Amino acid sequence: MKDAPPIIEFVEIHKDYVTEAVVVRALRGVNLTIQRGEFVAIIGQSGSGKSTMMNIIGCLDRPTRGKYILDGIDVGSRSNDARAIVRNHLIGFVFQGFNLLPRTTALENVELPLVYRGVSAAERRKRALASLNAVGLGARLHHTPNQLSGGQQQRVAIARALVTQPPLLLADEPTGNLDTRTSYEVLDLLQRLNREQGITIVLVTHERDIADCAGRVIEMRDGSVRRDIINERPTDAARALAELPVQDEHGAAS
Amino acid sequence: MTAILAAIRLALRAIVRSKLRSTLTVLGILIGVAAVVIVVALGTGVQAQVVGQISNLGANVIFIFPQSTQTSGVRSNDVNRLTEADGRALLMEATSIANVAPFSSTGAQVIAGDRNAVTQVMGVSRSYFPVRGFSVGKGQMFTESEELLKAKVVIIGETVREKLFGAGDPIGQYVRIGRYPYRVVGLLTSKGQSPFGEDQDDRVLMPIGSFRARVVPSPPGRVQQLIASATDERTVDRAVTQINAILRQRHGIAPDGEPDFAIRTQAEFRKSSEEIVGTLTVLLSSIAAVSLLVGGIGVMNIMLVSVTERTREIGIRMAIGASAADIMTQFLVEAIVLSVIGGVFGLGIGAGVIKLLGGALGWSLQLPMPAVIAAMATSTVIGVVFGFFPARRAALMDPIVALRQE
Repeated sequence: MKDAPPIIEFVEIHKDYVTEAVVVRALRGVNLTIQRGEFVAIIGQSGSGKSTMMNIIGCLDRPTRGKYILDGIDVGSRSNDARAIVRNHLIGFVFQGFNLLPRTTALENVELPLVYRGVSAAERRKRALASLNAVGLGARLHHTPNQLSGGQQQRVAIARALVTQPPLLLADEPTGNLDTRTSYEVLDLLQRLNREQGITIVLVTHERDIADCAGRVIEMRDGSVRRDIINERPTDAARALAELPVQDEHGAAS
Repeated sequence: MTAILAAIRLALRAIVRSKLRSTLTVLGILIGVAAVVIVVALGTGVQAQVVGQISNLGANVIFIFPQSTQTSGVRSNDVNRLTEADGRALLMEATSIANVAPFSSTGAQVIAGDRNAVTQVMGVSRSYFPVRGFSVGKGQMFTESEELLKAKVVIIGETVREKLFGAGDPIGQYVRIGRYPYRVVGLLTSKGQSPFGEDQDDRVLMPIGSFRARVVPSPPGRVQQLIASATDERTVDRAVTQINAILRQRHGIAPDGEPDFAIRTQAEFRKSSEEIVGTLTVLLSSIAAVSLLVGGIGVMNIMLVSVTERTREIGIRMAIGASAADIMTQFLVEAIVLSVIGGVFGLGIGAGVIKLLGGALGWSLQLPMPAVIAAMATSTVIGVVFGFFPARRAALMDPIVALRQE
């Protein structure tokens, strides 16, 4: 795995936002390399540039200057359509607000990325089922998001991100809307995916506790990488979960 | 193909999700399409009705009128040289003419006992009846001797009978026209209204000799009109040519001279009435088409609202790999599905209304096939045209901005 090319490579990435007369320099020359199979947390205050970094990694935004190489492809300069294909094939997204389609069942939400890949209906169903089973939601296939708890919704979102079997999972504040117990459940799931399936995970958060679950923590400040530390002893989310006092409301929520 | 089906299914689900709004939007298209279809069907129906009534009059009838001529710049109005002899000559010489009837008429008061009626009194010959499609329903036709002797006999129409005799039997009764009493010998079989709104039963017929002698005194043999029938509907044009040649010769008019008669055929009446109905149909259809346009604007409006409302959904779809073309297709198909649903229901309702109207009017109204095709094509085109702008707006969204939308 060490010999494989890095999955993410940032070379002198700059991002400027031009608003009226003011130029906001969101990223100021970021250099970064993330290898396949890493679990990286990007941490920082709001305005530190971590969201911008997330958007560029996710091919949702383009750098103003610099080179972004994703899985060996220089994606910074590609067309919108090409980047849509890259998003579909290489990246799975998990958002803070879950971002599931409302009034659409869990199964259909999970099938959605495959629709844009032109996968047949039967194959879509099969893979969506497998993906939902993998996140432990095999019994709630036909529930719509408003019939699911926050943790369950986030697990549907993770199932959706994984259904295309992408090498990279991008999680933007995935626990921001969840209570502590549910947060650790989601983190446990991410850790297992990383450990068991070798999926590269990049997690953006502003909470130190959450970031401590990652094997590498990148701290952003004022558009630059301030610290890039290997976390020798990441928090085991499963253990953290076991140590939490039992909460009644969680039982009610699920 | 499967992609299109999937897109249609997706569109249907989105439409079902906002039922009330979709229904109202569909209603706009529905009313437009139904209006167009109904107007076109009614126009076609009226046309068929008019044509039918005109043929009922006798499609092979030819009217010959006297026409004033201009001599040295002076227009002479009272020169009427049309005679019964002209009629006989036409019958003898023109090979395409089956029958000719002399005809003169005037408005007059007809009195029976203490009742009276103002009606058209007409001087005709017995050939008038077959030429114009009248028949004597009760009593008898004039006899040849009654014609020759200018006998004081009349055949009356149903309307006149009702005014003068109420429920009574008119045959053998007397009516007075001017100073003279006439014996009623026959009653016309009722024909109802002509296509021009004339009551064809409101008339009193008498031998033309009798008419000239007592009702409108005029020189012997003089007629106001000659009414001829061609041997067949298809020989009308040839008959007209023959009439023209024979009358010019008899009246001593040079081939390039101005004739003192005019010829009208049913084909001309038919043409002009078809033109009137056609113009009306076009006019009304354009008004209906405007409502279709308004319906289209409704589709655009609702699609714009839908795109704005679903900004976040668009962002999600883009994040998980939908291309701009995918998003564009999604909303375009939705607009098309909306307006095609409107088109289909509009056709259905149009067909229903046409059936009801046809039943109520007693006409055979049909759903016009060209209108059906045009309505479906139009509603699809409306979907494309009015869906394009909102769909493009959706497709051009920035996924980051769209995702941030609450």
